[in-house]
Amino acid sequence: MNVRLYVWQRATAALMAPLVLIHIAVIFYATRQNLTAADILSRTHGSIVWAAYYGIFVAAVSIHASIGVRNILAEWSPLSERRAGLFAVVVGMVLMLLGVHAIVALVVT
Amino acid sequence: MSAAGLKHRGNTLWIAAMIHRISGLALAIFLPIHFFVLGLAFHGGAHLDKFLRWSDQPLVKLAEGGLVFLLTVHLLGGLRLLVIENLDWRDGQKQLATLAAASAAVVAFIFLVRVF
Amino acid sequence: MPETPSELSVSLWRGGEDGHYRTYIVPRRESQTVLDVVTFVQRHLDPTLSYRFACRVGVCGSCAMTVNGRPRWTCRTHVAKVAGSGRLQIGPLQNLAVIKDLTTDMEQFFQKWQQAKGVFAPSRTRNEAVAEIRPGTPARVAADAAIECINCGVCYAGCDTVRWNAAYLGPAALTRAWTLVNDERDAGNAARLQAISASGGCHACHSHQSCQELCPQALNPTAAIAGLKRRTAAAYLKGEIKANKG
Repeated sequence: MNVRLYVWQRATAALMAPLVLIHIAVIFYATRQNLTAADILSRTHGSIVWAAYYGIFVAAVSIHASIGVRNILAEWSPLSERRAGLFAVVVGMVLMLLGVHAIVALVVT
Repeated sequence: MSAAGLKHRGNTLWIAAMIHRISGLALAIFLPIHFFVLGLAFHGGAHLDKFLRWSDQPLVKLAEGGLVFLLTVHLLGGLRLLVIENLDWRDGQKQLATLAAASAAVVAFIFLVRVF
Repeated sequence: MPETPSELSVSLWRGGEDGHYRTYIVPRRESQTVLDVVTFVQRHLDPTLSYRFACRVGVCGSCAMTVNGRPRWTCRTHVAKVAGSGRLQIGPLQNLAVIKDLTTDMEQFFQKWQQAKGVFAPSRTRNEAVAEIRPGTPARVAADAAIECINCGVCYAGCDTVRWNAAYLGPAALTRAWTLVNDERDAGNAARLQAISASGGCHACHSHQSCQELCPQALNPTAAIAGLKRRTAAAYLKGEIKANKG
């Protein structure tokens, strides 16, 4: 962990704090209302707001989680910091790709 | 040197740090699965509906309650850290950490009550 | 082994890294400290025991050891407080290489002190006026709150991040860096902030707060390190320091 990774991790954390609160509210609403796939899609389809909200969320979490994983690997596994960093980049990319795929599924198709 | 087990690790803040790390790791492992499931919404979401029906069972709901706890405790623990790192020092960290964990448990409990 | 209330069963680490605990029976005395116990063993039971002490009164930090799993100053630890069941386990400080028995090699601890630039860098010569430092300024208050470190190594021994991250400079070195960052007379902050912003610097701290919990001088390295995080982040965002240089 150096100052650059620290700044990125804390900045994405701060950014996500309100996003997570909204997400918890969404979880509570969606599960109580027993939404079906059609219900969900009717709300998200074509929505710039949902696309923007989840787009920012996915980007932030991809960065935040990958740095977190990097730290855990560097401290708790035999991997060197460099290797932990490489693995973390892969994790970040996977999260980003899957996340964008999910957003496209909900908003576009 | 045989690890004599450092006694002070039983202290509240060390436990809080472990909960923060483990919850983050668990969420990081859960997320790709979560994104994958949401991706099932592709083309009308028939596959997503199948999943939503499957997830309507008690054990899955319990697991979801667990996830809500993990997310909330990670958020609250993280906020406590952001305060330590960006504002002036304040004492009472043990109490704040305990409050964070307790609040997360309450939120998860409310979630479970609503879905069952 | 017979243990009447007037006796204490003490396990002491003997040997190097691959050593073992050996048990001794020691007479129990009123107001006995753990250092008294170790000293008794060396003087009356086993003269080959190696351990460190100096002042015996809690001002030098030399006698720090792991007592029942926790790093402490043995001269300031009453047996009555820690050996409730009549048993004591004493080992060398953790996170440091063992030389022999209860003594550790503090080299790495002090090397990291240097690495964190925990050394005053003067900005004036003897030809200029003495700097006037007011004790009530926020910077001086912050420095004074962190200045009483006597390098005992207890925080370093108790820090899990030190244990997990070989490069981590540790609470003591960073706390000293913090006092200098707050010292108006110091001219070395550009290099210092850079030094503590590399891998293993202040950002590796996870705020477990074991250091603060354990410090016999009641210092708060967690708070000092948080201050360093603020200063280095600001310096980084302003372009005054870079991420990768050590």
